[in-house]
Amino acid sequence: MKRTIITVVGRDTVGIIAKVCTYLADNNVNILDISQTIVQGFFNMMMVADASRSPKSGVQIAEELEAVGKEIGVVIRCQHEDIFNMMHRI
Amino acid sequence: MINIFEVNETNKMITQENLDVRTITLGISLLDCIDSDLDMLNKKIYRKITDAARELVPTGRAIEREYGIPIVNKRISVTPISLVGGSACRCPEDFVTIARTLDRAAHEVGVNFLGGYSALVSKGMTQADDFLIRSIPQALAETERVCSSVNVGSTKTGIDMDAVRLLGDIILRTAELTKEQDSLGCAKLVVFCNAPDDNPFMAGAFHGVTEGDAVINVGVSGPGVVKHALAEVRGADFETLCETIKKTAFKVTRVGQLVAQEASRRLGVPFGIIDLSLAPTPAVGDSVADILCEIGLEYAGAPGTTAALALLNDQVKKGGVMASSYVGGLSGAFIPVSEDQGMIDAVKAGALSLEKLEAMTCVCSVGLDMIAIPGDTKATTISGIIADEMAIGMVNQKTTAVRIIPVIGKGVGETVEFGGLLGYAPIMPVNQFSCDAFVNRRGRIPAPIHSFKN
Repeated sequence: MKRTIITVVGRDTVGIIAKVCTYLADNNVNILDISQTIVQGFFNMMMVADASRSPKSGVQIAEELEAVGKEIGVVIRCQHEDIFNMMHRI
Repeated sequence: MINIFEVNETNKMITQENLDVRTITLGISLLDCIDSDLDMLNKKIYRKITDAARELVPTGRAIEREYGIPIVNKRISVTPISLVGGSACRCPEDFVTIARTLDRAAHEVGVNFLGGYSALVSKGMTQADDFLIRSIPQALAETERVCSSVNVGSTKTGIDMDAVRLLGDIILRTAELTKEQDSLGCAKLVVFCNAPDDNPFMAGAFHGVTEGDAVINVGVSGPGVVKHALAEVRGADFETLCETIKKTAFKVTRVGQLVAQEASRRLGVPFGIIDLSLAPTPAVGDSVADILCEIGLEYAGAPGTTAALALLNDQVKKGGVMASSYVGGLSGAFIPVSEDQGMIDAVKAGALSLEKLEAMTCVCSVGLDMIAIPGDTKATTISGIIADEMAIGMVNQKTTAVRIIPVIGKGVGETVEFGGLLGYAPIMPVNQFSCDAFVNRRGRIPAPIHSFKN
């Protein structure tokens, strides 16, 4: 299964998770795991998602999520999980 | 499953510490383009390159986007042109037409450099090699993206001093023909000893004759990541220092391995090698010299620099080798002057001389790189500098190179601006004593003995 790691970093505000999850639900992206912390007042979230059933391509989702992030003043990155697996798992 | 700390670590490397994949280089064999008719040869070369590399840049961009890792350059290397053009070219100007074709092809497929306008003359020159070398100044002046290299020596064959002497002149003429751009042409010309067949880095990349029809080679980078990791263990012992470099090099190289595998799969071209080099850029925080400072030197060039660099280079290789299935190219730490802010600062502070740089090249890849010298330097002096550097490579069984820029119309203390990844550099003084009688001897230096190592 092709999994995507979505990270959200920025100043904490109301509704960040809601906004991101709404986008994902609208585009048929399934969330498998969420972890979230606040580091020095900064909102920091990581989601593991399965975008294989989404009608949109990975690149398209990444671009649209980036735009959603801009709207609410946070940085959203959407990356294939393999870059993390390669670096942190032998 | 991957956790948030690991994800943050990777993304911090990318967003704050300049982690990137420096280059995906597509090596293309042009041997099957050989033709005795020059026009036909040019047509075949253009068609082969544009067909083979059409998807290179879009594929690179897609990988960048999908994995969130910048891939700074997409490039092409080709079979040394002296071999390809030998039967069609009757004079140096004929070779220049091939350079123009290569430049057109590079523009067409959108790569920023194309390497392989090269000759391999470590033991002697054919007529074609001689024509190609003599055509280099005009070829580099008339093209934008073509890079040239000449291999003039090897551990097995010794050093072709006739080629070394000729290249002193060629470098000066290249500088002269590109003087309007601060002699930029010389930044695209490398003189090698023991040149590797699979180097993905410019300006010295070419697709060796031992290679297949096409191959993907990837150069990784990440001096900023190593520097940040070392800042976390400041003051620790050598064991900790070395382990930290090794682990960091492993992580950096894994990203290169992933990109190489993906590029190879998507383009349907075999994966060749990962080049484990720490390649700096002029960007602040992307400097090899800064790593040396973090290890404990006031400036690169201070006593201890050669030892620190030897340690760094060795640990990068040890960490990187396990991270990749195939390693090759130059694999080591690059120490270009103009492309590294820390090196520029060291030269400005008076900490770093040409002679110290030469010592540093004994323990790392690749050689005297992107060094600006006064424009009135004699051709024989340039040849003498090349001969010294080639001797280091020949005796130590390693690749060494010289990419030196005599800046026409400028002298010591002035600054030269190349722009972009090539950066800027203060012009360094050169030893003024003559080596004319040495360089003007004919013939070659014999290969060194491989026993009685001292």
